[in-house]
Amino acid sequence: MHPVAELLEKRFSETFLGSRESLGDLSVYIRSENALEVFKALHDEPEYGYDYIVDVTSVDYPMDPERFEVVYILYSIPRRHRVMVKIRVTEDSPVVDSVVGIWKGAEFMEREVYDMMGIQFRGHPDLRRILMPDDYEEGFPLRKDFPLVGKGWRDNFSFVPRFQEGRQEIEGKNGDSNSFFPT
Amino acid sequence: METEKNTGVKEDIRQKEIVLGSLRQAVLQNLDSSIQTDQFLLNMGPQHPSTHGVLRVLLELDGERIKRSVPDLGYLHRGTEKIAEYRTYNQIIPLTDRLDYVSAMANNYAFVRTVEKLLQLKVPERAEFVRTIVAEVQRIVNHLFWLGTQALDIGAMSVFFYTFREREELLDIFEILCGARLTTNYYRVGGVDGDIPQHVIDRLYRFVETFEGHIKEYNTLLETNRIWLARTKNIAVITAEDAINFGLSGPTLRGSGVPYDLRKFEPYGAYDQVEFDVPVGQNGDIYDRYWIRIEEMRQSAKIIHQCLDKLPSGPIMTDDHKVSFPEKGRVMHNMETLIHHFLLVVHGFNVPPGDTYCGTETPKGELGFYIVSDGTGKPYRMKIRAPSFVNMGAFDFMAKGYMIADIITIFGTYDIVMGECDR
Repeated sequence: MHPVAELLEKRFSETFLGSRESLGDLSVYIRSENALEVFKALHDEPEYGYDYIVDVTSVDYPMDPERFEVVYILYSIPRRHRVMVKIRVTEDSPVVDSVVGIWKGAEFMEREVYDMMGIQFRGHPDLRRILMPDDYEEGFPLRKDFPLVGKGWRDNFSFVPRFQEGRQEIEGKNGDSNSFFPT
Repeated sequence: METEKNTGVKEDIRQKEIVLGSLRQAVLQNLDSSIQTDQFLLNMGPQHPSTHGVLRVLLELDGERIKRSVPDLGYLHRGTEKIAEYRTYNQIIPLTDRLDYVSAMANNYAFVRTVEKLLQLKVPERAEFVRTIVAEVQRIVNHLFWLGTQALDIGAMSVFFYTFREREELLDIFEILCGARLTTNYYRVGGVDGDIPQHVIDRLYRFVETFEGHIKEYNTLLETNRIWLARTKNIAVITAEDAINFGLSGPTLRGSGVPYDLRKFEPYGAYDQVEFDVPVGQNGDIYDRYWIRIEEMRQSAKIIHQCLDKLPSGPIMTDDHKVSFPEKGRVMHNMETLIHHFLLVVHGFNVPPGDTYCGTETPKGELGFYIVSDGTGKPYRMKIRAPSFVNMGAFDFMAKGYMIADIITIFGTYDIVMGECDR
């Protein structure tokens, strides 16, 4: 087991679920309860020293009882080491604690995860959609049950009258269509 | 009669002046108590010539000072991550061109490296060198583009013409390599699309030998230009601690003095076989980031020169036929090879199950791909960690307290491209 994972297992025996090393990446699996304490330790304490947040992302496994996996990719600039911390949440309560208080850069990343996958971040200062429009109603596009072409929201846009419609009006008034617009 | 009318008008004006005068006096007397300040909300974008794309920012102003700014992203969101789940790995490479469309080669490189990491694929040495050369050429192209537009935003128009002269020369080289200038689609999983011909090598040698003189030319226009200095020195300052906390990367982070460069931290390609320095700034302001990008162009020219010297001979594509296409001549004559070619096109190559993150130092910062594979020919999930998007997270923090005219300079200093920011 990787030394970082060993340290975490000793210190957070209840929150720590397991670890895996593949392709040179270290993945650590933790419970969503008390996850914030683990993140605080990972950031503050020099034996971990993960001061740089690379990304927050999420994966959808619709067949799994714990449907969503939230992945935090952290990097330690002094120790030059990267770790992926993974938390599983269920579809009924897709809630994890926000890490914006620890890494300020997580604000936009968590907003994107909320926008795309619908996972709520408890304690986030401004949890709104970020890439999709604010009034988007179809749900969360990166979930696996969301079709690639969308659910028809775009078909119901109210457009301003098109050029063609305006032309008919003018045609009716002038009575001569060819003189005003070239066909 | 007319004179009577005129005197009447004059009397009218005189009366009004008396009223106005007394009003002015009243205002002057109560000057301290009567001035009312109000917060002013200003919408900037999404159509604005200086936002480098379609970016909207809502500004809360106190006079001309920025109190708060709320970026509104997503106007260029095309759902690249969702589309990628329905495409084979080779079909995703052209999608990555459209992320950061001024440095498409760097995006290609970041993506194919991640897939190669999942496949644990070894790339031939010549291909690694060609990739490094092209990635560094792309870095110069990107920084030249940035320098021209940043100066243009501030009002120095002539720099643009000088930088685009060299950029054109390099884009011609891209055109010879892959037939396109911007949406290149040149890198392949396991190598590159085409070999680098001898006349391109000669042109690149000529370019890097004369490039130092060109950099001096740009610097004569800017380095001691008083307007440039006034607009860039001590603007959008961010300390090293804050910059790390916000997850900034690339020249934006290095401007604050953090030597975080993945080419040095996790060497890939041929970067461990060449000598180069990572320039870092001291003050963390726009001028430092300008200086870093100028210096990075010098270092890129140095890397290209060393790579051209050391360029080994050999294949430019892996001989692992699970991922590489068979020779075209054999496809036309051999049934098995034709089937193999067909399968690679229609089904793609299978990637072993697992997930990985791989970051690459692109001109704008750390472009990372997080790919989850379920063992089929298409990624189960692909997340793009775009430097422009993460850098935008620090925008409010960095713009606070500066003047409204500095907004466009701060967009510029991130080297922001909305295609990558919104994906």
